[in-house]
Amino acid sequence: MTLSKRLVWHGLVVAVLLVLLYPVVWLVSTSFKPATEVISTLALLPRDPTGDNYAEVFDGVGEFGVLHYFWNSVVISVGAVVGNVLSCSLAAYAFGRLHFRGRGPMFGFMMITIMLPQHVVLIPQYVIFQQMDMVNTFWPLVLPKFLATDAFFIFLMVQFIRSLPRELDEAATLDGCGPVGVFRHVILPLLRPALITTAIFTFIWTWNDFFSQLIYLNDPEKFTLPLALQLFIDQATQSAFGPMFAMSVLALLPIGLFFLAFQRFLVDGVATSGLKG
Amino acid sequence: MTQSVLTRPPVPADPPPTPAARGRRRRGQGVAYLFLSPWIIGAALLTIGPMVASLYLSFTDYDLFEAPTWIGVDNYVTMFTGDERFWHAAWTTTEYVLVSVPLKLGLALAVAMLLNRARKGVGLYRSAFYAPSLLGASVSVALAWRAMFSTDGTVDRVLSSVGLDLGGWVDQPQYALLTLVALAVWQFGAPMVIFLAGLKQVPRELYEAAAIDGAGPGRRFLSVTLPMLSPVILFNLVLETIHAFQAFTGAFVVSSGRGGPSDSTLLYPLYLYQRGFTDFRMGYASAMAWVLLVVVAVLTALVFRSARRWVFYAGENR
Repeated sequence: MTLSKRLVWHGLVVAVLLVLLYPVVWLVSTSFKPATEVISTLALLPRDPTGDNYAEVFDGVGEFGVLHYFWNSVVISVGAVVGNVLSCSLAAYAFGRLHFRGRGPMFGFMMITIMLPQHVVLIPQYVIFQQMDMVNTFWPLVLPKFLATDAFFIFLMVQFIRSLPRELDEAATLDGCGPVGVFRHVILPLLRPALITTAIFTFIWTWNDFFSQLIYLNDPEKFTLPLALQLFIDQATQSAFGPMFAMSVLALLPIGLFFLAFQRFLVDGVATSGLKG
Repeated sequence: MTQSVLTRPPVPADPPPTPAARGRRRRGQGVAYLFLSPWIIGAALLTIGPMVASLYLSFTDYDLFEAPTWIGVDNYVTMFTGDERFWHAAWTTTEYVLVSVPLKLGLALAVAMLLNRARKGVGLYRSAFYAPSLLGASVSVALAWRAMFSTDGTVDRVLSSVGLDLGGWVDQPQYALLTLVALAVWQFGAPMVIFLAGLKQVPRELYEAAAIDGAGPGRRFLSVTLPMLSPVILFNLVLETIHAFQAFTGAFVVSSGRGGPSDSTLLYPLYLYQRGFTDFRMGYASAMAWVLLVVVAVLTALVFRSARRWVFYAGENR
């Protein structure tokens, strides 16, 4: 491209980006506006920036400060990450490398569950967790991850494992490794990129998840950030908009940081595997 | 960029076994099931069992507190003949899917082609376009949406200033669904990244050959880009459609869980949620879930069937 063409190109791309990212910028900037400015002005930048909205949110939304909800979200998201990384890598190794009766049909079934709308298992799952007295605890949100229910990540890792040279397994076997040894010393270390992709996406999706948390958590003490925000909207009058946006920004903060730190990783993960994101 | 699993040849599952490997294999069987045990337990207890159970529940009246009573196909009959809100939710969801998916994919393809024009330095732009896909599913962004599309919100003020006095979108039945469509389209980054990976795989010689044959940009798009990209289009289409049928958070947040105004944002999953977890009609909600599953499955099958006509795999003889 010639220089002028390149300038037009950059101009066009940046213009589209500005429109696209406007809502996020608006959200962040509004969270720093004093109550009088929140709804009265269209100006993007606060005329009189203030941290009051944040102070109010740390003081308390309902009975608890924002850190309480933040911590609940962290516990659930980290639990989900550990569960998915462990259970999906185990299953992926079996599907990708080991031989056993029923592998074909099981793999096929696993692939189908990737597409399955969760509504079709929702109610009986709820009944199961209710019978086990686990409603209103974090277990229904974390336990399924330890049972490899996020089949997409199994598929992601199977694809990855199949692309690793088999000679490595065979060399390890000659050195006396059994399947467990091959998994620990050969596959697991090489699988790291896929494990990281799985961990990041599990964290972000669990962090953002609203539906399951809405269904399983109903005591404000157990609320996560998305639920606390929802509680907030229903109680909020217009004067409380500022703090609400401050809390929204805090809820997006970890995702933003993950994105800045791992953007290359995330985007390549989507490009190579078709993660929906 | 690494090659996409969508466009590279599938990785072969296994080379033929050597005699030594066959011996190890028999020993390996038990270990394999050990590795698979979390998945097997999960598949049995959290997928297959619940699927069978919800099919059963769909033929019962069940409020979660008393044992389910068998009522045959009553739930389905009520749904199809006596429940206006069901039809309304089904139609609203259809509208939502039919409008949001093509817009989202169209925009994704357009921006992918724009980015693909540059040789290098695309990485940062690509990431920036992808950001909304990570943020968009959150309650935070849905909240921002609700505020921006309310009366005197940003959108209202900008439109009013150019003489389009529509009022707040989220408060009016005729526009409320559009806010959800906008929220979905805003997240076009994920399919865009996939399109971009697909575009990188199109051999340049094809464009050069087409240009030599006198094909203009439009012709090259129709005869080279679209066919070469069709497997990726199929993939995005299926994924986004399934995804769109299950949209929930935006509709819930924008309407405080009610699906209003006048049920205009009552998407199917939201109505299912209300039936099950507000009215405690679990049997009815299960029936709704099965109808959703069947519709999504049939649609996916139809798309794959039609794909034989329009999806082109490189190396295939035509």
